[in-house]
Amino acid sequence: MGIEGIGARVARKEDRRFITGAGRYVDDMVVPGMKHAAFVRSPHAHAEIKKIDVKKAKAMPGVIDVLLGKELKTDGIGNLICGWMIHSKDGTPMKMGAWSPLAVDRVRYVGDAVAIVVAETKSQARDAAEAVEITYKELKSVTEAVDALKKGAPQIHPEADGNLIYDWEIGDAKATDAAIAKAAHVTKMHIVNNRLVPNAMEPRAALGHYDKAEDHYTCWTTSQNPHVARLVMSAFYNVAPENKLRVIAPDVGGGFGSKIYIYPEEIVCLWASKKTGVPVKWVADRTESFLTDAHGRDHVTEVQMAFDKDNKITALKVDTIANFGAYMSLFSSAVPTYLYATLLSGQYVIPAIHANVRAVYTNTAPVDAYRGAGRPEATYLLERTVETAARELGVSPADLRRKNFITTFPYQTPVIMCYDAGDYAASLDAAMKAADYAGFAKRKAAAAKKGKLRGIGMSNYIEACGIAPSAAVGSLGAGVGLWESAEVRVNGVGTIEVLTGSHSHGQGHETTFAQLVADRFGVPIDSVSIVHGDTDKVQMGMGTYGSRSGAVGMSAIVKALDKVEKKAKKIAAHLMEADEGDIVIENGVAKVAGTDKNVPWFQVALAAYTAHNLPAGMEPGLKEGAFYDPSNFTFPAGCYICEVEVDPETGVTEIVQFVAADDFGNIINPMIVEGQVHGGIAQGVGQALLEGASYDGASGQLVTASYMDYAMPRADDLPSFQVSTSNTPCPSNPLGIKGCGEAGAIGSPPAVMNAITDAIGNNDLTMPATPQKVWAAVRAAKKH
Amino acid sequence: MYSLNYHRASSVADAVKLQKKGEDAKFVSGGMTLIPAMKSRLAAPSDLVDLAHIAEMKGIKVSGKTVTIGGGTTHAEVATDAKLKAVCPALSYLASHIGDPHVRHKGTIGGSIANNDPAADYPAAMLALGATIITNKREIAADKFFTGLFETALKDGEIVTGVSFTAPAQAAYEKFRNPASRYAIVGVFVAKGKDGVRVAVTGAGDEGVFRAKGMEAALTKSFVPASLDGLAIPASGLMSDMHASAEYRSSLITVMAKRAVAKASA
Amino acid sequence: MAGLAVSTTINGDSVEYLCQPDETLLDVLRDRLGLTGAKEGCGTGDCGACSIILDGRLVCSCLVLGAEAEGRRVETIEGMADGDVLHPLQQKFIEHAALQCGICTPGFLIAAKDLLARNPDPTEEEIRFGLAGNLCRCTGYDKIVRAVQDAASVMRAA
Repeated sequence: MGIEGIGARVARKEDRRFITGAGRYVDDMVVPGMKHAAFVRSPHAHAEIKKIDVKKAKAMPGVIDVLLGKELKTDGIGNLICGWMIHSKDGTPMKMGAWSPLAVDRVRYVGDAVAIVVAETKSQARDAAEAVEITYKELKSVTEAVDALKKGAPQIHPEADGNLIYDWEIGDAKATDAAIAKAAHVTKMHIVNNRLVPNAMEPRAALGHYDKAEDHYTCWTTSQNPHVARLVMSAFYNVAPENKLRVIAPDVGGGFGSKIYIYPEEIVCLWASKKTGVPVKWVADRTESFLTDAHGRDHVTEVQMAFDKDNKITALKVDTIANFGAYMSLFSSAVPTYLYATLLSGQYVIPAIHANVRAVYTNTAPVDAYRGAGRPEATYLLERTVETAARELGVSPADLRRKNFITTFPYQTPVIMCYDAGDYAASLDAAMKAADYAGFAKRKAAAAKKGKLRGIGMSNYIEACGIAPSAAVGSLGAGVGLWESAEVRVNGVGTIEVLTGSHSHGQGHETTFAQLVADRFGVPIDSVSIVHGDTDKVQMGMGTYGSRSGAVGMSAIVKALDKVEKKAKKIAAHLMEADEGDIVIENGVAKVAGTDKNVPWFQVALAAYTAHNLPAGMEPGLKEGAFYDPSNFTFPAGCYICEVEVDPETGVTEIVQFVAADDFGNIINPMIVEGQVHGGIAQGVGQALLEGASYDGASGQLVTASYMDYAMPRADDLPSFQVSTSNTPCPSNPLGIKGCGEAGAIGSPPAVMNAITDAIGNNDLTMPATPQKVWAAVRAAKKH
Repeated sequence: MYSLNYHRASSVADAVKLQKKGEDAKFVSGGMTLIPAMKSRLAAPSDLVDLAHIAEMKGIKVSGKTVTIGGGTTHAEVATDAKLKAVCPALSYLASHIGDPHVRHKGTIGGSIANNDPAADYPAAMLALGATIITNKREIAADKFFTGLFETALKDGEIVTGVSFTAPAQAAYEKFRNPASRYAIVGVFVAKGKDGVRVAVTGAGDEGVFRAKGMEAALTKSFVPASLDGLAIPASGLMSDMHASAEYRSSLITVMAKRAVAKASA
Repeated sequence: MAGLAVSTTINGDSVEYLCQPDETLLDVLRDRLGLTGAKEGCGTGDCGACSIILDGRLVCSCLVLGAEAEGRRVETIEGMADGDVLHPLQQKFIEHAALQCGICTPGFLIAAKDLLARNPDPTEEEIRFGLAGNLCRCTGYDKIVRAVQDAASVMRAA
């Protein structure tokens, strides 16, 4: 592998700028003449806009203009869209309500944008935003999806009768019901997956700049996928044609899904820049982030899992209601369908599965993919249910799982997915060994002596990454293809630029992608630069989400490297008068195998550009591009074990041990992979113990709209993590990579909840398991 | 933040003068509550009079068992002062668990007491220690000082310049923190002095910090955790919010009080 | 408005600036002085992304007024390295990959520097407690703790 090649723990190249404070994020950008924007937002969950008076606001000091939705419509700016078509089981297409970037006649959640104020300073823009006078007629609102489906619930969009966006199903209902009817045991659960706020530490921001002389727009934005942003803003929102719109996502401070989507603010800032003739910058404050970033999760599910007399799972029946919030965000429709129900087989052989999913509008922030997106919801219900079943059946949770593991591959599940490789028992064994599972009883007894309740829980997750192939997702309703592009440019002196459509916002692409090149040609990674995040530099790409940059993004780079290598070998062979087949490139040198003949890499590159001595007919230059469209999803899987101590007097849960054993396929940089797992676990533990977005049912106000009320995991809330990997290479991509970005957030919540419910002897507990809830559950358990 | 005028006071007298001049001038000590309120536009004073540079309001004096702490002393200074730690480690501990390091380096004891946030830590200590709150005009017993949610006996133009108390023989503070804000959901300060035991509870009362007289009587009889068995503050007078119901707070008060007694006795 | 004239010391250099009384020190650093290493993650003092050291004390610059810096010493991330020579904490953050997106990193480094100045040999628990005023959404803190431990031992040996 070499010290900088595939598999090496290479220090991250990008870190020097971050640790010196020299990172360049959107809020750090300054453009000459730049002015500042503030949005006027709805204080109501649901209301008609009767009148907007901007006179006072326009007269405020420093105000350049105040712009409204009506003007936006007049200028032909389009509504926001959801890009994945789902059909209900009756064949009708999903019912998408209109989402205007600035609300015109109705607001549908607290935070809905109504107007933009552009002023000389941030402070002046905010002062003027407060001075915009809007007369609202308040309407009844609803925040819970279950309530929104009830008769008499307020109608949120005229397009979606009864607030139902779609009523979708997958699997075989008849076979599932039949298996449940004749089961030896059925475990039934009511599962709530709590609503989360992604909370990337960098708030969203946009800087729109219309250059009149060039008739050209530039948008700096906090995006995980600038090319998709450009495509959507051009094709659907009519901001500008693609050739006149440059989207730049520079350093981006975390995304976790929330920065995939194209939000109203970047559209409006671009449009406002043209209207006002000045560059317009907007940066969300944290409250705006809480109110308007797409939230995650928020499912309510009834589940039944059937077993035969040998404790083999025979069927799984799932009925889910998914809260979509006030508008359908870009990927929202795919989350509780193809990213969720298709994973309901978990790691288990389940002959019959049926899932029904109803997607519902409510007067809350839009809900979309958040780290894991659908897969955490599937894993949570499965792993809570399997654990519960083990308790009901009186068998060990590990044995019950092992008995039902899929062991032969490829394995076709009843819900579309065909798993290509895995060894679930290996991960289970590794995790149990690392956790000293066998020694738990002793530790529990020792804890009891201190007055603590000790519990252990596990979770065996599977997920699907690198969503693809494009033709397949297209047939399932996706509006885009899910390939990736790459271009490898070797310069005349042998240094290399790799242009990628993936976008790094913490994943370390500048390092891992460079390791691929170092591995291939034996050049130092310092001579390799990764270029990304700018639509003027990289032609096209699909961005980074769904743990796809390794499996898809790097595979595209491999394809381009193959082409470069091939041409370089031809040149080297020509220079050394050798056979192309005898050339090997390693340690920065092209050699003729078995001889001492060689040319340094830079001379091969130079030869390509001087073109003085190339093989007959060869074009000058050494630059190749590739598009990679995967042939299948990848299927990372693993086993997480959590051990907790609960203080029965206060309900406080302390995680005393957390073990993760993952199968990510081949790994490029183990240090970076560990970090991804750590971060994912932290978010999963956050979901299980601390985090929950909460709306006041009566007013529709978000009551957890700051860090004073929304509990984020802090350094002293978390333990150290014991992580390891045992890998089965992925057969569908050239690197054998599966992806690791979301696993931690997918696998950890059920492990934590299984541990707590084990400790307290009460299974009736919802996330987040706050001290108050655990305390109440402990007391309830005592009463029984 | 709305526009305002900023003044740095050089002395207490200077501060009073500056505050009088402003239309709606406010004193700011560390600003850890006021500045966020101003940024979120919930407070809009015309003028800020900064007390952070008044030398006479700074520092900790310990003379025998008598402790005097200047109002402008930061939480971090209270937490780490060796002389204080020697006579009243409970207060050092309390200060070391306020908010986070950033808050502790800027927030001051005077500011916290004057603000009287119902979930702040210091008010519990002041009450349990039977402290005297010293202002530029008078001295006020802690029992008379904290009058309600964010309400104190302070009058316009009055500044908490310091506090003083006699270090108790035994004392401890136990806090059950809000997982998000790290303010107290329940904080119990127990102090055993020559006149008996005082127990003060913050974070829980629907009228702010209060003394648990029943617990005080029981602990004065016998200063052991078991004295509190079966003793609870009724939920009816306690706060209820999304983080903790009144019933939960009631239970936590007894648990925290017992732990404080155990810690004070250790 | 003319604004207030403030004389201060930033990373050892005398600096004078004009600011409005309602401007935070964070805004002054970022918008007036071009020192964008400190970030605004929340604006309410809860996330620590804007951490600076003021007169030797760790504070959130989003809760300090620009005017308050008069006559004081301000240290920011931009002054942490000695020219091209990284501070041991910076070096260890790189070696341990103790950062991902980087937005919270300057704040963590400043907070860790302050922590080690007060406690050169902290336990893991003390590190976690001491860094609890800084939020990181990427790393789960594990590698940050490791990096601080490692830097502490290097600094003690120096």
